[in-house]
Amino acid sequence: MAPLFYIFAVLAILAALSVVLQRTPVYSALSLIVVLCSLAVVYLLLGAEFLAVIQVIIYAGAIMVLFVLVIMLLNARQETPSDRSRLARWLGAPLLLVFLGELLFAVWERFPAATTRAAALPDAGPRAVGALLFRSYVLPFEVTSILILVAVLGAVVLAKKRL
Amino acid sequence: MFGSYLPILVHFVVVVVVAGAIMGLSAWVGVKRPSREKLSPYECGITPVGDARGRFSISFYLVGMLFILFDVEIAFLFPWAVVYRSLGWFGFIEMFLYIVILLAGYLYIWKKGALDWTR
Repeated sequence: MAPLFYIFAVLAILAALSVVLQRTPVYSALSLIVVLCSLAVVYLLLGAEFLAVIQVIIYAGAIMVLFVLVIMLLNARQETPSDRSRLARWLGAPLLLVFLGELLFAVWERFPAATTRAAALPDAGPRAVGALLFRSYVLPFEVTSILILVAVLGAVVLAKKRL
Repeated sequence: MFGSYLPILVHFVVVVVVAGAIMGLSAWVGVKRPSREKLSPYECGITPVGDARGRFSISFYLVGMLFILFDVEIAFLFPWAVVYRSLGWFGFIEMFLYIVILLAGYLYIWKKGALDWTR
């Protein structure tokens, strides 16, 4: 398990760097898919099967469509470097290091190495999620369909020239 | 638990190896005599006209948005399918209502001709 985690964690970080550093928006979008899929594998390793599948279906599938559409419709070309302010150039990297150090310290203090085990997590498989969703949370589930219905109407009303 | 996902891992490794081998071999063995024609983008054999980043029809947006919404609907079917048997008729009616409400949305799209490319 551990080697798999490191492979996909490193892949996610590299792809995330690629998202930020690429100058062409479509390349960034493709790198983002790699980030999302690597995170899905990490969720799977933690035993969160449902979350992993949803990550692929919703994030890598649906949300990415949204990003690509925005790139297409905004007519995004190669990014041109902006005139960076002098303050940002000198203060950016040290502040980033301080922030990362702070984050690392907080995680270290809060979660000692012994407790960060997948076994400590509650069951997050699709069976458990399904049993909760369709027994205890029936009304919220049904209301979701109305929410999606409203979104469908909204999309058609916004994009259609003549109704 | 993770053992049942082993086939996916094997599949992933095979994909990486095969794709890497194909691209690596063609880069290593292949003969490269580039010319202006060969380096131009391939568009089904037709000479490219202009930039790919032109203005796109709003129909793409509409189809994309509708895909996202029905994709979210599918995401709920997945946890339902695994507990379907233990839920019995209650689960069936529950999902029936859900689908019927969304069917109204689908009928609306159909009636307005939102999926009709030429309108």
